[in-house]
Amino acid sequence: MVNFIRLFRGTRFAMIAAAMLVAACANNPNDPNAAGGSASTPGSAQDFVVNVGDRVFFDSDSSELSSQARATLDKQAQWLNQYSRYSFTIEGHADERGTREYNIALGARRAQATRDYLVSRGVAANRMRTISYGKERPVAVCNDISCWSQNRRAVTVLNAGGV
Amino acid sequence: MRIISGLDRKNHLSRRGLLAAAGGIAAGSLLLPRSARAVLRLDITQGTPQPIPIAIPEFMGGQGGGSDVGRLLTSVITNNLKRSGLFLPLDPASFIERVQAFDAAPRFQDWRVINAQALVVGRVSREGDGRFRTEFRLWDVFAGTQLYGQQYFTQPDQIRRIGHIISDAIYERITGDKGYFDTKIVYVSESGAKERRTKRLAIMDQDGANNRYLTSGDALVLTPRFNPSSQEITFMSYGRAEPQVLLMNVETGQREVIGEFPGMTFAPRFSPEGQRIIFSLQKEANSNIYVMDLRSRRTTRLTDTAAIDTSPSYSPDGRSIVFESDRGGAQQIFVMNADGSNQRRISFGQGRYSTPVWSPRGDVIAFTKQSPGSFAIGVMKTDGSGERILTEGFHNEGPTWAPNGRVLMFFRDPGGNAGPQLYTIDLTGYNEQRVPTPGYASDPAWSPLLS
Repeated sequence: MVNFIRLFRGTRFAMIAAAMLVAACANNPNDPNAAGGSASTPGSAQDFVVNVGDRVFFDSDSSELSSQARATLDKQAQWLNQYSRYSFTIEGHADERGTREYNIALGARRAQATRDYLVSRGVAANRMRTISYGKERPVAVCNDISCWSQNRRAVTVLNAGGV
Repeated sequence: MRIISGLDRKNHLSRRGLLAAAGGIAAGSLLLPRSARAVLRLDITQGTPQPIPIAIPEFMGGQGGGSDVGRLLTSVITNNLKRSGLFLPLDPASFIERVQAFDAAPRFQDWRVINAQALVVGRVSREGDGRFRTEFRLWDVFAGTQLYGQQYFTQPDQIRRIGHIISDAIYERITGDKGYFDTKIVYVSESGAKERRTKRLAIMDQDGANNRYLTSGDALVLTPRFNPSSQEITFMSYGRAEPQVLLMNVETGQREVIGEFPGMTFAPRFSPEGQRIIFSLQKEANSNIYVMDLRSRRTTRLTDTAAIDTSPSYSPDGRSIVFESDRGGAQQIFVMNADGSNQRRISFGQGRYSTPVWSPRGDVIAFTKQSPGSFAIGVMKTDGSGERILTEGFHNEGPTWAPNGRVLMFFRDPGGNAGPQLYTIDLTGYNEQRVPTPGYASDPAWSPLLS
């Protein structure tokens, strides 16, 4: 699998993006209807997931926001400021390669880093709450880094239908 | 409890019963059995002992007793002793004497020739009120003496417990240490796809029997721990908007939140006397350790760092707390006084150390150790020296101690879509055994001895 990733590095981002989309659909099957729109409807929850990106990823045992993560959160902040009717929850997650209690705290740390960044970009703090799931809710399941890297994440989940 | 542990008053049956019945007067008569006891003794403090060959013929059915009950008791005891790794139950097909009379001495020569060092003879009968009366004798075959004898009265639905109590009595007589068979395990039962795993609290006997679910699976639940002195557990639940530490009475099912906090509470554990809970409280990016007195509900902060401090565990004397912290960069094990003073790091090996648990004997701390590609279970002395890895592999996590401090249980996860299972291993690093559960299982916690 490591060799596979090396050979196809160029396509990896596309693979992850596709996985994100699938995961998002699987996790929120009712959201498009609840938000009253499709992917093409600006301001819908689907618009947020597909066109903005609802999640950022972290290095192993880190809650530091990468430049790529900050770019995603800049877009999230812009969108959230435009559609201010939404309240939302930031879910922090860890991969499986840690112990249970520590990962719960690590997920909280990642959610907090994401929250702090959005606040610094002008999103009102009272619109958001954070929760950590530790390693309890992976999106990708396998025994190597290709999955673990997708599970180390903070996901901005819009509350259905706005505030 | 409905179990009456009655001492047998017959002089030839129970020297302990004699002592209890006659007080100090009986001391003289103890001379012979005591010297005999020294003959059959397994030293479990040194390395890996050779298991003691023991013969356990099926318990006789006395008046109104059922052979089914006798068979059940025999299998519970045989299974316990075999799984301990310290005993070698002999094949009943090799037995020469068929013991017919409970009150007569066995033909020791018949047991010596098959090399049985210990012999357990039992009888079970039904009392007029419906209870079972179970009697057993433990014989030292080579000395030709009785080591122990006892009788118990119990309701039919508690008969397995008698098997565990007898197992503990045999273990204690021969090793000199208390047993751990009459105990429960509370754990997290897992089912469903890994991305949406359903987790339920479950409780069972230490041998996997009598599995029972304590929660429905609606809410994610993690890290259950026993109160050392009552029928109570504490655990973390996602049943409310903010994940919280809860208390539950395992008999009634009644549960309550320990209190309202400004953040998530997790990683709870009771103090040795059961009157306090230590746990982590998350605030913004940090988690610190707090203690709550369950009577006054007063909460005191014990650590104050811009870091993750979690997995606290009391020493058995209640004076110290071991915990993990990443204040120095990566997870390491620290010890502090029970009031939070004198915090000091004790783990200095290669890798990350977490989930420390203080042994009930007080002398060592068990932990999970992460190295690249590997999660191991190990122990170290309370000053961090003498580290020993007991088992290592892709993912082993979360040790819990048997009440005698000789055996650890933990969970092992093969990764991927499969799920974890429970295992036990001796403090020596030998005798690894899987613990049977109906499904995937994680986060085990061992109860204290029930009797």
